[in-house]
Amino acid sequence: MSIDKQDVQKIAHLARLALTEEDADQYQHSLSSVLSLVEQMQSVNTDGVEPLSNPLEMTQRLREDKVTEENRRDAFLANAPKTDAGLFLVPQVIE
Amino acid sequence: MFEQSISTLAQKLRDKEVSSVELTRLFLDRIKTIDPQLNSFITVSDELALQQAKAADTLLANGNATSLTGIPIAHKDLFCTQGTLTTCGSNILNNFIPPYESTVTSRFQQAGAVMLGKTNMDEFAMGSSNENSFYGAVKNPWDLNKVPGGSSGGSAAAVSAGLAVAATGTDTGGSIRQPASFCGITGLKPTYGRVSRFGMIAYASSLDQGGPMAKSAEDCAHLMQAMGGFDDKDSTSSETPNDDYLTNLNAPLTGLTIGLPKEYFGEGLDSKVADTINTAVKEFEKLGATIKDVSLPNLQLSIPAYYVIAPSEASSNLSRFDGVRFGHRCENPKDLMDMYTRSRAEGFGREVQKRIMVGTYALSEGYYDAYYLKAQKIRRLIKEDFVNALKEVDVIMGPVAPTTAFGLGSKTSDPVAMYLEDIYTLSVNLAGIPAMSVPAGFVDGMPVGLQIMGDYFAEAKLLNIAHQYQQHTDWHLQTPDLAKGAQA
Repeated sequence: MSIDKQDVQKIAHLARLALTEEDADQYQHSLSSVLSLVEQMQSVNTDGVEPLSNPLEMTQRLREDKVTEENRRDAFLANAPKTDAGLFLVPQVIE
Repeated sequence: MFEQSISTLAQKLRDKEVSSVELTRLFLDRIKTIDPQLNSFITVSDELALQQAKAADTLLANGNATSLTGIPIAHKDLFCTQGTLTTCGSNILNNFIPPYESTVTSRFQQAGAVMLGKTNMDEFAMGSSNENSFYGAVKNPWDLNKVPGGSSGGSAAAVSAGLAVAATGTDTGGSIRQPASFCGITGLKPTYGRVSRFGMIAYASSLDQGGPMAKSAEDCAHLMQAMGGFDDKDSTSSETPNDDYLTNLNAPLTGLTIGLPKEYFGEGLDSKVADTINTAVKEFEKLGATIKDVSLPNLQLSIPAYYVIAPSEASSNLSRFDGVRFGHRCENPKDLMDMYTRSRAEGFGREVQKRIMVGTYALSEGYYDAYYLKAQKIRRLIKEDFVNALKEVDVIMGPVAPTTAFGLGSKTSDPVAMYLEDIYTLSVNLAGIPAMSVPAGFVDGMPVGLQIMGDYFAEAKLLNIAHQYQQHTDWHLQTPDLAKGAQA
């Protein structure tokens, strides 16, 4: 299984990673080798086998729908690169 | 003092032979002197450690101590520690001061343990050599030209060199057991759901599990008493009550049945490592165990299944690093997309970006069934192999890794070759069972770990078996020359 450079750029876009041409060359090689490694799965017959997502096959525990967390807005904003008036700031999205 | 067990140190603290402040100073001094050669710590929290030590001394004076009160330990730098830098080995979190405490570290605080600092690791726990850390590679205390293993390599090196009494680690595909094996210490990956993942920065959520790394099984048992057990902040935490890991440590091993899977002793295993493991198994026969051959026929498939499932979950988990709420943001982004893509490309290292892309591909439209779903079906086959084998035997033994620690830089050019080294550890995470690495000898001066795998929630049994072995062998008591103060 190998992928071309265009595939790499498409995957990088989906993953929100900016790649240079040089990066894309390298990842084309390294991603192809990982995909070749995982290719051997396809030769295994898994008809009738249920997928396993949680090793203990637990179901998600639900909690009561009520507010238990206190408001810690300032503490959470303290790690943000840019804030203003208690909000996270990002580059302008709407013209 | 630095090489003593938790039980011994706890007794000395209670008897006022030494105070926690003195003990903490001793370890902080050792870190200052020895760690420049190892790079096992990303952050040393000296001030906090001394504050905690003072508080521990008060608890000890009032007779309110647990066996961990005043004991200086280190935490892998992916456990969030409120007010103390937590990087996960990544540039993207180079300024992240968590506003909350992980359940694991908070349970150690409640038990009165002292935190010396945060240990180095492969970025986002992705790696088997600790060479993927943004904060530089960690060196193996037994040979500074070799890797300590990964991803919990900083914790393993620090404990091995006597820079902390014990440490926490996490294991997604072998990240506690393999560095424990490479550095000659004892490590336990508990059953999935045994130790809370709350506040543990996620790599692959259905595989990640925190656990103890220490010099002996008995020390690991002390840590498990504190860190194990249900946590309602982790929706996958098990409600099975936490065991008492200390009471059965001395149970005799007569009647124990040990399974040896032939797949763990085949091609690729270094012959001297194989000899060491076989010698260890003979020791268990002397202790009254019987040996039986078992088979785990799908072992080989654990590599492809892991390298689909783990990257897929990582690509989803790591989408939170977007330069908006925390972590690195690129300079002068021209728009939102530019901010996301450059912040992430600058913040993540190569291995992390690669795994994010593998996962993104495996989950993308048209490929989901062929990759992620297929891998999850194979995951069930691997789990069933263990379930079937464990119907016939009490525990399974084998090597942790095919070789001893390899040279720094020797495998970085071929990452897929490095993936293949994880063959004996990955399957345990896919099945979700507990497993340990126990020092079992040396090959050419480098430590070898014996792996002991058990049934779900059999941690106390594993610790008992390892402890009995350690009562009859002294491999776990060996310390590298560097720890003794000699120049390595």
